[in-house]
Amino acid sequence: MGFLAHVFGWFTTSANWTGSQGIPTLFWNQLKLSAAVVVTAIALGGGLGVFLGHTGRGGLIAVNAANAFRAVPTLALLTLLAIQPAISLKWDGFLASWLALTALAIPPILTNTYVGMQQVDADVRDAAKAMGLTGGQVLRTVEAPLAVPFVMAGIRTASIEVVATSTLAAYVSYSDLGTLVISGLDTNDAVVAFSGALLVAVMAGLVTLVLSLLTRIVTPVPLRRRARRSLLGAATTGVPAT
Amino acid sequence: MLLGAGPFIRWSYITGNWSQIQGELLQHIVLSLIAVAIGTVISIPLAVLAWRYRLVRTPVFGFASTLYIIPSLALFAILGPITGFVPPGSYTTAEFALVGYTLLILIWNTVAGLDAVPSDAREAATALGYSETAALIRVDLPLALPYIFAGLRVATATVIGLVTVTVLIGLGGLGQQFTYGFNIAYNTPIIVGLVLSVALAAVADLLLVGAERLLVPWGRSRRRALAGR
Repeated sequence: MGFLAHVFGWFTTSANWTGSQGIPTLFWNQLKLSAAVVVTAIALGGGLGVFLGHTGRGGLIAVNAANAFRAVPTLALLTLLAIQPAISLKWDGFLASWLALTALAIPPILTNTYVGMQQVDADVRDAAKAMGLTGGQVLRTVEAPLAVPFVMAGIRTASIEVVATSTLAAYVSYSDLGTLVISGLDTNDAVVAFSGALLVAVMAGLVTLVLSLLTRIVTPVPLRRRARRSLLGAATTGVPAT
Repeated sequence: MLLGAGPFIRWSYITGNWSQIQGELLQHIVLSLIAVAIGTVISIPLAVLAWRYRLVRTPVFGFASTLYIIPSLALFAILGPITGFVPPGSYTTAEFALVGYTLLILIWNTVAGLDAVPSDAREAATALGYSETAALIRVDLPLALPYIFAGLRVATATVIGLVTVTVLIGLGGLGQQFTYGFNIAYNTPIIVGLVLSVALAAVADLLLVGAERLLVPWGRSRRRALAGR
């Protein structure tokens, strides 16, 4: 009980809520970094996935390459980028963290987008073509809506991973909730480390919640039941065992 | 890009520090093996319970998903006070967190595998007079093996990556090369750690594929279908 009382005490200390190392600033910094990373990864990974899925060429190679890339530890990319003079600790460590975490977020989004496009029934695609739809129209009105549950699953997986992993950005001197965890671990201050970890878990929970709602909104109505059923599986099968 | 932090790779670093690197590689393997082994031992019975009793399913998945979304670094910090925060380099703290990450992946895949057992096979087992337990051990679980192996492969790759983060609690395996390279702004150690941990993941994956081939000789055509998803 003593430990949790200390944690409660830490959270109710007003000094911990103000300034550049205050909870609101650190929370916001982590959210900002995560959002930048996920948006970039959607643009790059999602764009490539749509292109490969639509044309159906070279997709398997890209997906396998993306999955192989997942084995690269994030801490390796972070530290490697952070010691390059061209990047180093620019923008208070934001640049290196942004690049490293984007590399982490692309594979699940790319893979799920590609798989989502590929699982569209060939008959449905043929029917759309037979009705005279152009390639672009098939993509917009047929393939994209049917791929939505998969794409969203990829975005959810990537977002949770990014929120979780952006704590590591603190190691290359970006100030976010990871700063609390890492400095707590360094100084053997379990209360600070635990409080930081708690805040990260809260953020991960919030992001999951927001994305679940968003998924529901953007999923076409007839696909909703199926999407809900595969929700849990999506978190883990976002990494297909290829 | 790679200017000023030493050459991309300097071979003399590797030869000069080989015993150190070897020790870290060994620690990496030990940490990963323990995590996947304990994770499997915990997950399979839980998955069987969740599969057989609907009531158990929700709490089991809820618990495993919660562990899964908590950031690894945060989990180390949260578990620290419980498992003995003070001594840095505590295997217990590291393993608690690493095992926690394998649970959702392994439970989910095992349940999916058991769900996918054809009802014909189960009916045939019942008709042959198998008890529920015997059918589970001799029919259901073997038929779920391709899914269990898919889960093991993902869990193993995840754990090998996560072990590097334990460097922040005084372990880390090859992750020690990353912090070392960062601290002295030197590329080679980071590249060495990166290449070796990716290689370790690849070797582990190959071993699992080999083991699956031995245990699931009938699963070859089905495996192809699984991999395509």
